Amino acid sequence: MVEKISLAHGDGGELAHQLIQDVFITTFGHHDQAKLDAAILHIPQEKLTISTDSFVIKPTFFRGGNIGKLAICGTVNDIAVSGATPLYITVAFILEEGFSIRQLKEIVFSMAEEAKKANVQIVSGDTKVVERGSTDGIFINTTGIGVVKTEEMLPRKIDEQDVVIISGTIGDHGVSILSARGELGLVTELNSDCASLNDLTREVLNVSSRVKMMRDPTRGGVATTLVEICEDFNVTIEINEDTLPVKEEVEGACDILGFDPLYLANEGKLLIIVAQEDEGKVLAALRKFDIGREATTIGHVSEVKTNGRLFLKMLLGSRRRLNRLAGMQLPRIC
Amino acid sequence: MNETLKQFSSSTISKALLKQIEQKAGVYKEKFGREPALMEVCGSHTMAVAKTGVKKLLAGKVKLISGPGCPVCVTDQKSIDAMIQLAESDDRIICTFGDMVRVPGTTRALIDAKTDGKDVRVVYSPSDAVEIAKENPEKQVVFLGIGFETTIPVLAVALKKADDEMVKNFSMWVTTKLVEPILRKLLNEGDVLVDALLLPGHVSIVLGKHHYQYLVDEYRVPGVICGFEPVELLSGIYKSIELLLNESPEIINSHQHVVRDEGNRQAQLMIDQYFQGCDEAWRGIGVIENSGLDIRDKYIHLNAKSRFDIKAGEPKRTKCRCGEIIRGLIPPEECNLFAKACTPINPVGPCMVSSEGSCAASYQFLREE
Repeated sequence: MVEKISLAHGDGGELAHQLIQDVFITTFGHHDQAKLDAAILHIPQEKLTISTDSFVIKPTFFRGGNIGKLAICGTVNDIAVSGATPLYITVAFILEEGFSIRQLKEIVFSMAEEAKKANVQIVSGDTKVVERGSTDGIFINTTGIGVVKTEEMLPRKIDEQDVVIISGTIGDHGVSILSARGELGLVTELNSDCASLNDLTREVLNVSSRVKMMRDPTRGGVATTLVEICEDFNVTIEINEDTLPVKEEVEGACDILGFDPLYLANEGKLLIIVAQEDEGKVLAALRKFDIGREATTIGHVSEVKTNGRLFLKMLLGSRRRLNRLAGMQLPRIC
Repeated sequence: MNETLKQFSSSTISKALLKQIEQKAGVYKEKFGREPALMEVCGSHTMAVAKTGVKKLLAGKVKLISGPGCPVCVTDQKSIDAMIQLAESDDRIICTFGDMVRVPGTTRALIDAKTDGKDVRVVYSPSDAVEIAKENPEKQVVFLGIGFETTIPVLAVALKKADDEMVKNFSMWVTTKLVEPILRKLLNEGDVLVDALLLPGHVSIVLGKHHYQYLVDEYRVPGVICGFEPVELLSGIYKSIELLLNESPEIINSHQHVVRDEGNRQAQLMIDQYFQGCDEAWRGIGVIENSGLDIRDKYIHLNAKSRFDIKAGEPKRTKCRCGEIIRGLIPPEECNLFAKACTPINPVGPCMVSSEGSCAASYQFLREE
């Protein structure tokens, strides 16, 4: 068996055929569909949702996951937070010449495993190989298709006093990746929170018909996601510093590097805006899951029909405005 | 240990301290007819008072003035331009602290050079740059060494490592600043009214409490060394006002768990071994005699200034008022560019992008609109 990806793996010939057979079809397990140029999908009589995302993470493997798991979770989550049930996923790989086939298998295995867990089928795929130096090992694009019942379509109208709930601690993925890169002398035992959220979103929608909006706060973190919601829906949201769930390791790393956990990426956290009367139900629903055990309310909608702003109520009682992250967070001098 | 640390950010203790400060500040105002004016010397204090809301909560009661303690902000434009020019060669890897990456030069910032394919890397420790040099023997690796006394010892550690391990392709471009000369200049000129100083927590770990005695002996200005958590900041402010009310200036070490009277001798020795005094140009202020340190002649082989022929031209003049801001003469909001032509995305001066800059602090933490 050849151990590394070569340009011939992308030329459509024998090696390409072998790669598809050995790595993708056996792992993803869709023999019949692979014979066709396009997959035939069985869609219930409902509204469709579709979402696409590309994954270029460095490093490819990190504590708590790898680029493959992330590529499934990321797209499953984008579909799930719209209120839909994700059903199908397509995957496209761009591989760098020389990439290890053993690692590729490991990545593909994680994808199959995560897809099974999230109950989605991988139905179509593509592989391209580019010359060494033209890419960084492996890039993956996934596109997801889901169905949504009209009565569960989100977002719904946000009202004053709606509460903002987060399903667990913030910034875990961001710090875990920083540490995995090993560039900043930061060593942690922290796992990325990378996880599919569709079981959580399903349960939340089952217990409450007053969910207004769900989002997964990935790049830019909780703050950036909430700023977007405030601006897009013209509401003012106030979150409380003393209720933000942050792991000690994340807080420590942020203190040292001068980062703010509110702006660090998450890959398995659910942000929910729900009517106050259903707050308890939603929290209880989330806490049934391992990944939702630390779910908590972090703030509320203080004003509607306004120029959308996000505020942080601080420990000492004053509040400050939170803006979008300006550029990337950079480690400070001292 | 974590429990002890948590007390420093306790909101119960902080709120009680706030009340006591308000009361003391009221007494001060009755006695002297105005609010007490405290300067936070350190950029991290400027950030902390803004981020925790202390500055807002004490507005109108205690005047908190940002001082000259942000190392990037006080770096002269010509030095910034020279450092960016260093990055313009394909044969070099430029290593830097994150703060420098977005600082605007006359033509562009380091991050723009990186976008163009130049090799600019952010490191957390200068010694990492020496490792990068060892891994890339065919390239010249230059570390941009800026900072105050907090950072200078770690620059020395990197120089030692490079020298001991004979890493020939490593050098450092140094433009460091010292706290004492700039404080003396501010106090001598007297343009800004400062009653007491909140002395830097990190710098003091290196320098020690006794170092600041000149403030009391020569200027009769009291100072409190304090940490960065809300309780530490507030107790520093409280003690400062108390000293002012007693009219008995002294230096108080309110950061005793890490700051010793004599400072960190080992760090001081490292500084002394690798660095010698030099005149430094300060942004918006000009050259101050003996206000910085450069690599000792003995280690000139590690000095990027003698290794590379870099001559930055005269920088383009802008309407940036960083110079006045770092001297505490005006708050950022009084600069016409603030939050209009100058924002973190399109910065005109370094104060807007440094993680310790007072403009960045005001932009991020004090604006509501």
